[in-house]
Amino acid sequence: MRALLIRDLSLAFRAGGGFGLGLAFFLIVTVLVPFSVGPQSALLASIAPGVLWLGALLACLLSLDRLLALDFEDGTLDLLATAPLPLEAAMTVKALAHWITTGLPLVLAAPVLGVLLNLPEQGYFWLVVSLALGTPALSVIGAFGAALTVGIKRGGLLMSLIVLPLYVPTLIFGAEAARRGAQDMDPSTPLLMLAGITAGVVALMPFASAAVLRVNLR
Amino acid sequence: MSLWSYANPVKFLTLSAKVQPALWVLSGACLCIGLIWGFFFTPDDFRQGSTVKIIYLHVPSALMAINAWFMMLVTSLIWLIRRHHVSALAAKAAAPVGVVMTLIALVTGAIWGQPMWGTWWAWDPRLTSFLILFLFYLGYIALWEAIEDPDTAADLTSVLCLVGSVFAVLSRYAVNFWNQGLHQGASLSLDKEENVADVFYFPLLVAIAGFVLLFLALVLYRTGTEIRLRRARALMAREQRA
Repeated sequence: MRALLIRDLSLAFRAGGGFGLGLAFFLIVTVLVPFSVGPQSALLASIAPGVLWLGALLACLLSLDRLLALDFEDGTLDLLATAPLPLEAAMTVKALAHWITTGLPLVLAAPVLGVLLNLPEQGYFWLVVSLALGTPALSVIGAFGAALTVGIKRGGLLMSLIVLPLYVPTLIFGAEAARRGAQDMDPSTPLLMLAGITAGVVALMPFASAAVLRVNLR
Repeated sequence: MSLWSYANPVKFLTLSAKVQPALWVLSGACLCIGLIWGFFFTPDDFRQGSTVKIIYLHVPSALMAINAWFMMLVTSLIWLIRRHHVSALAAKAAAPVGVVMTLIALVTGAIWGQPMWGTWWAWDPRLTSFLILFLFYLGYIALWEAIEDPDTAADLTSVLCLVGSVFAVLSRYAVNFWNQGLHQGASLSLDKEENVADVFYFPLLVAIAGFVLLFLALVLYRTGTEIRLRRARALMAREQRA
C-alpha cells in the first residue's frame, strides 16, 4: 500500500504530473471573482466562503481525469487488479494520493486566498476546518466517477455529469459550515453532517469504485 | 410458477404482449377521464383561480419521476444479484420515461409557479431535489449510451443507480437543511387530515392511476424493443461469423 502511495505521489510531483493544476485553477477562480462581481468588500466578504468552496470543488473535478486514465492506458491497473493487494485498498490509496496532491494544497491555500476575498477574520478557522473535512469526500467520490468512466475514450464530460450531482450534499454542508463560521454563527451542525458524509463515503465508496473498476477491466 | 420465470425473455414478451393492450386502453381511459374531469368539471380554487388545474399533470408526473427511479433501483439490484438480462433492460427502458416525467414536473411546476409565486424558479428544496434527480437521470442515460458492451454497461449503470439513490436521498435532506421553501407541504396522503378537498382529490387520483398505467405500458413496450434489438444484433453477429 505504501509503495503504491509513494509511486502515485512521486508521479504526481514530477514534471508533467499535473500537481499544480488544481491549485492554479483554484487561484485563477479566486482572483477572477472580484473582477466579475465588483470590488465591494462587503459583497466579497459575504460570498467568500461559497466562492472558495466552489473553487476547491471545481479544482478537484478538473484533476479527476488523471486519477486513473493514465494507469489504465499503460496497463498499471491490470497489474494492480491481479496484485495481492485488494482493489478496494488500491482505490483507497489512489483517492488518498489524489487528496494529498489536490485537496491538501487547496486546504492550505484557501486562507491565503481568503484574504483576497476579504473573508471576515473569524471565518478562516472554520473555512480550513470545513475544507479539511470535506475535500477527502470529494476525492473519494471523484475516484468512483473516474473508475466508472475509465473505459470510455474522452469520458471527461460524462464523468463531470455523473460526479456533479454526487458532489451536491458535500458542497451544501461544507459551504454552509464555512458561511456560518464567517458570519459568527454556530457551524457545528453542518460541520457534523459534513464529517458524517466524509466518514461514510471513505468507508463505503472504495467498494463501489473497486466493483466498477473490476467490471471495466474485465 | 414464480415471478422469476419471466426472466426468460420469451415468456416476458408473451406476457407483456398479452397485458399491453389492456394497459394502453386503461391508461388512456384513466388519463382522459382524470384530465377532462379535472380541467372542465372541477370548480376553480378559491385563491388560485384556474391555475390550480395544472395539478392534474404536475403531481402525477412528479410522483412517477420518483417511482421510476425506484423501479430502476429494484431492477438494477435484481440484475446485480440474479443476472437476469430482462431486468437490466427494464431499467434501461425506464430511464428515458423517468427523465421525461421529471421534465414535465419541472416545467409544469415553473408554469404554475409563475402566477402563484411570481417566479419561474426558486431554489426551494423540492425544486432543487428535482433538478438533482434530473441530473442523475441524465448521467445514468449518458453512461448507458457511452458503453458499447451491453453487460459492462448494465453492470456500471446498476452500480451508478445504487450509489445515486443513496446520494439522491442525501441531497434531499441536504437541500431541506439548506433552504426553507416556497413549495407547500404534502397534500396527498392516506390519512385524510392534510389532503386537498375531495372535488380535486378524486380526479387527481384517476389522473395518477392513468400516469402509473401509462408508465407501465411504456416501460413494457420499451423493454420489449430493447430485447428485440439485442436479439437482432445477436442474429446479425451470427450471420457475419457464418
